[in-house]
Amino acid sequence: MMKRNDLLSEIQSRFKEDIIELFDKSSHRVYLEIRPGAIIRVAAYIFKDLGARFNIASGIDTRSHIEILYHFTVEAIDLLISLRVKLDRKKPVIDSLTPVCEAANWIEREIFELLGVQFTGHPELKRLLLSDQWPEKVYPLRRDYKEWDKTAVRDRGTK
Amino acid sequence: MKKTIIPIGPYHPLQEEPEFFMLTVEGETVTDVDVQLGYNHRGIEKLSESKTYDQSVFVVERICGICSTSHPFAFVRAVEDIAGIEVPMRAKYIRTIIAEGERMHSHLLWLGLAGHFLGYNTVYMWVWKLREEILDVMEIISGNRNNYAMFRPGGVRRDINPDDIPLVLKKIDKIIPTLKMLFKAVRDDPVLHARTKGVGVLTKEEAIDYSALGPTSRASGVARDVRKDTVYGAYHEMDWDMIVTQNGDVFDKVVVRVLEMFESIKILKYCFLHLPDGEIDANVKNIPPGEGIGAHEAPRGETFHYVRSDGGNGPVRHKVRAPTFMNLPTYKATVKGAKIADASIILAAIDPCYCCTERMAVQTTRGRRLFDGRELIRLSQQKTAALKRKLGIDQTMLEKLTQGRL
Repeated sequence: MMKRNDLLSEIQSRFKEDIIELFDKSSHRVYLEIRPGAIIRVAAYIFKDLGARFNIASGIDTRSHIEILYHFTVEAIDLLISLRVKLDRKKPVIDSLTPVCEAANWIEREIFELLGVQFTGHPELKRLLLSDQWPEKVYPLRRDYKEWDKTAVRDRGTK
Repeated sequence: MKKTIIPIGPYHPLQEEPEFFMLTVEGETVTDVDVQLGYNHRGIEKLSESKTYDQSVFVVERICGICSTSHPFAFVRAVEDIAGIEVPMRAKYIRTIIAEGERMHSHLLWLGLAGHFLGYNTVYMWVWKLREEILDVMEIISGNRNNYAMFRPGGVRRDINPDDIPLVLKKIDKIIPTLKMLFKAVRDDPVLHARTKGVGVLTKEEAIDYSALGPTSRASGVARDVRKDTVYGAYHEMDWDMIVTQNGDVFDKVVVRVLEMFESIKILKYCFLHLPDGEIDANVKNIPPGEGIGAHEAPRGETFHYVRSDGGNGPVRHKVRAPTFMNLPTYKATVKGAKIADASIILAAIDPCYCCTERMAVQTTRGRRLFDGRELIRLSQQKTAALKRKLGIDQTMLEKLTQGRL
């Protein structure tokens, strides 16, 4: 296994065009901001070639962007690499990682329903947690989410 | 051959929590499965964003009823990661004690349930009796059988009283012979072999592709344990082994969990005997803006928390990833080709925990609580009355019939 700093410079030279910013937070945490178009290339290299484990992805609505972080752990050297992509808030679209790494299947479905991100190439992009009664295009983790009237859902079957 | 779809759930006697599985079977063989989640969705991530860091610890403690310490452990590590806080050594030992005690009782609970699913209720009764001893230990040191409320960013809330330690050690020693006997019984029982050997195999490649965690991955030959991979808690202070087996079937998952309990006992005893003196809290005041990630090896695998701070007194984004979220999809790989009678034990082998997987919510409408206990009873009575009307059940006749008998 490569040493930590060798590994980082290898990633940097390999994806020179795709990396926007590298933030070396601490000895075990690195944040890499990349262009959204390059996500499959970079993630596939980290997951397949470096043998990292896919921890999870986490989405956040920062008001200016929809931001997704893909967390990978290189267990042999205890390094957590988080790939950051910033998507347009009006039309958040990104390539799906599921064909590369099966582990991303469910979390992409979750981000799709909670934040409204479209993952192109996902084999089965449907809801994971929210019920069928939840209205379309209402995303609970968006900052502009408004409570909607749930009385009808609550009382179904009682009348 | 004709395809048949067998629905299991959302409410089913074999499931301790509501989940819906749609098994496609040809004859007796399962060919596909579709898992539908969401019956336990409580909105905890969103809820946590409206709390302070101190309060969030209590919120995440309630994500799971069994591994109630795993989430606070990962969460406080994430907050400490943002600010770069160094935790006092004594607090690290106390955290390790709580985490390992929890692993013991969680694995025992699972072993009992596994016996129950196989129709082997003797194992179930024995194991749960043994689990009581561990819960007693946890009650002595924390005051609670579960939901220990011991963690806070920067340290722990309560100290362990040195006078309790001899009693606790005596109780732990009492467990060992029973556990050994139990392990031999599991290892040598022909019925258990017949039901679990070669059943529900997860290959090493699949475990890597699905990023399986904890005992599920270790039983498939993937040596993966946050306690070994990362330096945290007191795990690097003593010798203990990571249990890895190669076959990936249900039997190996049982073996991994039972042997892990012996390692947990080793860690627990070391911690109690070598508990250092000193502070138990780093007295954290402000959390600066930034991002932090915390992980902890829960009984079922790695718990992962991502927290973002804007410098205020609570998180602006809090992502919770429970181990079952990664382990449950492996069911798709393990159940295919299995006999339908084995479907439940293959699922049980990953030790699924749905309320963790779905996390989510106290619902409010314009500041008013949507549900409370009385409301739920009223709704339930209304629904029963509506059903009775629909089915034409004559209440007075039934009452007359049972008068004087009940």
